[in-house]
Amino acid sequence: MRLRETCGIAFAILLCACASDAQAQSPYGIGRPATPAEIAGWNLDIGRDGGNLPPGRGSVADGRDVYAQQCASCHGEKGEGGLGDRLAGGQGTIGTAKPIRTVGSFWPYATTLFDYIRSAMPQNAPQSLSDDDVYAVSAYVLRLNGLVGENAILDAKSLAAIKMPNRDSFVGDARPDVKR
Amino acid sequence: MSSTINPDDDPVTTTRRRFLKGGTVALGGAVLGAGASAAETDNLPPNTPEWMKMPGEPMGSQPYGAPSPFEKGVVKNISKTLKQYISASGRTPLQELDGIITPNGLFYERHHGGVPSIDPAQHRLMLHGLVDRPLIFTMDDLRRFSSESRIHFLECSGNPSYSKPYGKTASDLVGLVSCAEWTGVSLKLVLQEAGLKPEAKWVIAEGADAAALTRSIPIEKCLEDAMLVYSQNGERLRPQQGYPLRLFLPGFEGNMSVKWLRRLHVTAEPVYSREETSKYTDLLPDGTAREFSFYMEAKSIITRPSGGQHLDAPGFHEISGIAWSGHGKIARVEVSVDDGKSWQEARLQDPVLTRALTRFRLPWRWDGKPAVIQSRAIDETGYVQPTLTELLAVRGENFFYHNNAIWPWRVAADGEVTNALA
Repeated sequence: MRLRETCGIAFAILLCACASDAQAQSPYGIGRPATPAEIAGWNLDIGRDGGNLPPGRGSVADGRDVYAQQCASCHGEKGEGGLGDRLAGGQGTIGTAKPIRTVGSFWPYATTLFDYIRSAMPQNAPQSLSDDDVYAVSAYVLRLNGLVGENAILDAKSLAAIKMPNRDSFVGDARPDVKR
Repeated sequence: MSSTINPDDDPVTTTRRRFLKGGTVALGGAVLGAGASAAETDNLPPNTPEWMKMPGEPMGSQPYGAPSPFEKGVVKNISKTLKQYISASGRTPLQELDGIITPNGLFYERHHGGVPSIDPAQHRLMLHGLVDRPLIFTMDDLRRFSSESRIHFLECSGNPSYSKPYGKTASDLVGLVSCAEWTGVSLKLVLQEAGLKPEAKWVIAEGADAAALTRSIPIEKCLEDAMLVYSQNGERLRPQQGYPLRLFLPGFEGNMSVKWLRRLHVTAEPVYSREETSKYTDLLPDGTAREFSFYMEAKSIITRPSGGQHLDAPGFHEISGIAWSGHGKIARVEVSVDDGKSWQEARLQDPVLTRALTRFRLPWRWDGKPAVIQSRAIDETGYVQPTLTELLAVRGENFFYHNNAIWPWRVAADGEVTNALA
């Protein structure tokens, strides 16, 4: 009986929703509208085409300083790794028996580097770096991998334009790959 | 153990001895040791046990119950030699558990930026992107939706790796799987509340932890059986499991069931987050890597007798274990006790549920000779759990994730059970 009542109410609510403006009416009327400012504050997602990258810019030189202060203690002076992941080197090893997965050897998109550093690094104080600093550190990590020049300055456009060496090596899920 | 202990031993010593024995039992053999000491016979027939001769603990001594002190060895299996413990995992002691439900305190954990402490009154879920109405929900809002409860397993994609050293116990090997009854609201219902636009193909889920863990989920899964979960095994989620809110994607690799869920971004394409590009992708020997490999395929493991346990005597022993598949129900589990030469069908314990642990059992008479025992699961799609050799031939050792190999145990003539592939 309770189920029938619930279904009946749900059906009536859905009918109302369809009959009126679907843009304005939600089926249950639960929750409140999210404002553009609220969404902008929380939505830090960066598309692989650079979509939603913020204004700002940073140089390899500035990135070297920020990296030394914020990153080197875990990732090593030259991105060789330590408590944190290795960040540099390994290009040419991915198809070998001892692959070394780094930003330069494995990551398909440079935009992901910006996204991850801005949201989650440094591990002891995530979201504490300015956007300029995130651009700068991204530039420095890419420099450690030989993917930008010593004098590079990155912003939304130039970061999105970088083609990572391993970009075309990702394939779909082929499982079940063992069949009897 | 010799019988030199004086029955009049002081009670402290006696209690400690009993406690230590309890610990041994909890950690130890499939069959208990013989040879009880004199002190331990005090409570055995024909004597009246001491715990009948005085009142027990009063009501209220434990406002939130805890296991018996004799079970204190049954805890999560956490390596003591990790580089760091902020992004780390702790395993379920599978070989100590019965049935299919994992107690909340023993449910496996994997977090990427530590366990946040979140005040539910200050937690919000934002739903935005390709929707008609971007919305923000409080926890009270989410609890107003019609709720549902379902039993499903959750398994980490790296459970275990393909390369040595292989673990000693069932927990070492596949302890990153657990199973619970999850309660929450259908994600489909919440998405309909916002109204999906026709271009909506993916939903990016983000956690409110220090890692801001982010994964892209295909819209088909979101509309099939995904849940927004606030309770586990009847009580609110533990902090380690995403309190106050987590996404739950039955049958998908565990990290995608984003914990501490704060944001759902409906999009036309994946976000290509760090976790779905540099981490949870499967590297093949030719240097290509499979991305968006979501499902956990059919798998099983014998948990009793299993590595680290001991059979004290030949004779009857029940073989028991767990099987599961991200693709649906377990159809059959076969067990071999002769190193894979022949296989017998095990009995499945009801209930056999979709994308849930299923308990299997097989009666066995051990003849006291060395033996290799193993199980293989077959799910309702007809998929047969492969051997490690078969997987390695296709995937290589650097594939890392989604290892669902058959795992054999070696039973030695002295009854010791060890990993047959180690």
